[in-house]
Amino acid sequence: MSQNQPALDRSDERVRHEETLSDSLRAFFDRIRSGDLGVLPVIVGLIVISVVFSSLNPVFLAPNNLVNMLFDCATVGMISLGIVCVLLLGEIDLSVGSMSGFASAIVGVLWVNMGWPVPAAIAAAILAGVVVGALYALLYNRLGMPSFIASLSGLLAMLGMQLYILGPTGSINLPYASPFVKFGQVMIMPDWFAYLAALLPGAGILLNGLSARRRRLAANLSAQPMTNLVLKAGALTAGLLFAVWYLNLGRGVPWMFGLFVLLVVVMNYALTRTKWGRSMFAVGGNREAARRSGINVRRIYLSAFVLCSTLAALGGVLSASRLASSSQQAGTGDVNLNAIAAAVIGGTSLFGGRGSAWAALLGIIVIQAISNGLTLLNLSSSLRYMITGGVLAIAVIVDSLARRSRMSHGRA
Amino acid sequence: MNVTSPAAEAAPPATGETILRLRGISKKFGAVSALTDIALDVHAGEVVALVGDNGAGKSTLVKVLAGVHQPTSGTIEFCGQEVTLPDPGAALHLGIATVFQDLALCENLDVVANLFLGHEMAPWRLDEVGMEVRAWTLLRELAARIPSVREPIASLSGGQRQTVAIARSLLLNPKIIMLDEPTAALGVAQTAEVLNLIERVRDRGLGVIIISHNMEDVRAVADRIVVLRLGRNSGVFTPEASNNELVAAITGATENAVSRRSARKAAEHGEISA
Repeated sequence: MSQNQPALDRSDERVRHEETLSDSLRAFFDRIRSGDLGVLPVIVGLIVISVVFSSLNPVFLAPNNLVNMLFDCATVGMISLGIVCVLLLGEIDLSVGSMSGFASAIVGVLWVNMGWPVPAAIAAAILAGVVVGALYALLYNRLGMPSFIASLSGLLAMLGMQLYILGPTGSINLPYASPFVKFGQVMIMPDWFAYLAALLPGAGILLNGLSARRRRLAANLSAQPMTNLVLKAGALTAGLLFAVWYLNLGRGVPWMFGLFVLLVVVMNYALTRTKWGRSMFAVGGNREAARRSGINVRRIYLSAFVLCSTLAALGGVLSASRLASSSQQAGTGDVNLNAIAAAVIGGTSLFGGRGSAWAALLGIIVIQAISNGLTLLNLSSSLRYMITGGVLAIAVIVDSLARRSRMSHGRA
Repeated sequence: MNVTSPAAEAAPPATGETILRLRGISKKFGAVSALTDIALDVHAGEVVALVGDNGAGKSTLVKVLAGVHQPTSGTIEFCGQEVTLPDPGAALHLGIATVFQDLALCENLDVVANLFLGHEMAPWRLDEVGMEVRAWTLLRELAARIPSVREPIASLSGGQRQTVAIARSLLLNPKIIMLDEPTAALGVAQTAEVLNLIERVRDRGLGVIIISHNMEDVRAVADRIVVLRLGRNSGVFTPEASNNELVAAITGATENAVSRRSARKAAEHGEISA
């Protein structure tokens, strides 16, 4: 870039640009103040939760407790990842809990009672998710049924199907020795693999950032300063290495959690780097504008509802593996609200058009930390429900207030 | 100017050839007939202005052509072929680009995302750099004053949004572009830029349909002025037509609020000078 010719995107003197680290910090605080909260609520929440619960019961922060927490995160987190998809469109699926329970019942019945091979039973459960999602999309697209009501009736219908196929005994124990159950209870990454995996995100950020930087400079556009890139990648790598080291003091990093993170990364790519993801945000932001741009809005709704139900079914399969049983209780209680609360706490707006795949990961860690901490205190489920309900209410209030602030600051 | 990509320049329609021919277009919303038996021709290299009072059916006609509304009856011929426009995608695919009155932008997305919405470069691995460069080039050509293309639309002013919407319509190699009140929110310089732009687009052999309440702008660029009144054709004029003729066609009477007002003013003026 020649000195006297400004970069293509730097010719307007009215805009303040982030050239140095301190500029980036200032921009960060500006964003927070205007209601673009990002991951801040999660970090604040996690610190508060850790301080409160570890002072009440030191076991909370013990490595093995955290490993257990990660196992639990994977099951509900998977459901939450699907919820992010429908929330991005400003829709909701209230039946994800029932869907997961139904899927876990399908696995138990087909595998244990009817002797199907495990992969076939899992495939059947996931197929059930696809069908249910397609049904919701049909009701929404063709009949104009609000997703809120469609999924509410689905909640009851699928709970009924779950009870029906489980029969009078109501519970099927899955064989402990099977790899399927081991996957949800004991399978842990080897130490070296976990460390290697912890290096990947930082390396990814660095390589991706460098190539983006090179292409932007070649096209005479401004690029992120090197120092920012290196610092970001370095901080992330250090944090992840510490986390892996700490978890390895206990049992280590569960494979199931690894699977969940992998799906989050794939979803993040799909949402931010593909035409489909762009269309999701567009439909969530202004449905009519998206339609007039030639986007097939119905197909976008179909994809979101199918993804949501399918991931909920996958979450149910994982929870069957985690609990080594398919029971009438699977997917009931607070599973639904935990999945939705996680997406909202992680920064996905209930009003559509805002959010990310990371929301599911970050949000579910907060939710599981609360639930785990309350369990360690031996609180009854009555109290746990009340507290989780309160947390969801707070998350939604923060979302509404932040949205109002964003609108007054011109950030949509 | 290089607004459209080479694909469009491969087959520009010959100037004077009819691109669009509407016959007997009607649109009913329940009991209300928004359009009745409309006929309209647009030729290549021609600017057609649609004028009419509020509720005359101008925006409805544009929405029919954009595939947003489907006509109740009538035929649309595009480049000699009878076509149907079941959805906006079909209209865009044929080469009918539209700048809507409400702009139809997604406020939560940034300028680049809005420009390329539905037509992103490299759908499986979005080419952000390529799109950003193209966005800057396009906005430069429109002499647009957009501070940053990476800010969400929500942070832009009305005029800046208008420019983004116009830029978006030009991105897709259209054969015809329709502008619904394109200058309503623009400043003096930007209005002139848009009018220049309309002429440049016309000179390249595209058809342009412009809706405006501003008679000055209409006269400045239009080759023909088509007047609608209460959803019906109410005459076709050249820019040389007198204001009275146009107003009469728009309001449907030679005796109307505007003529009464000018008569009164003239009388007052006469008294003062007397």
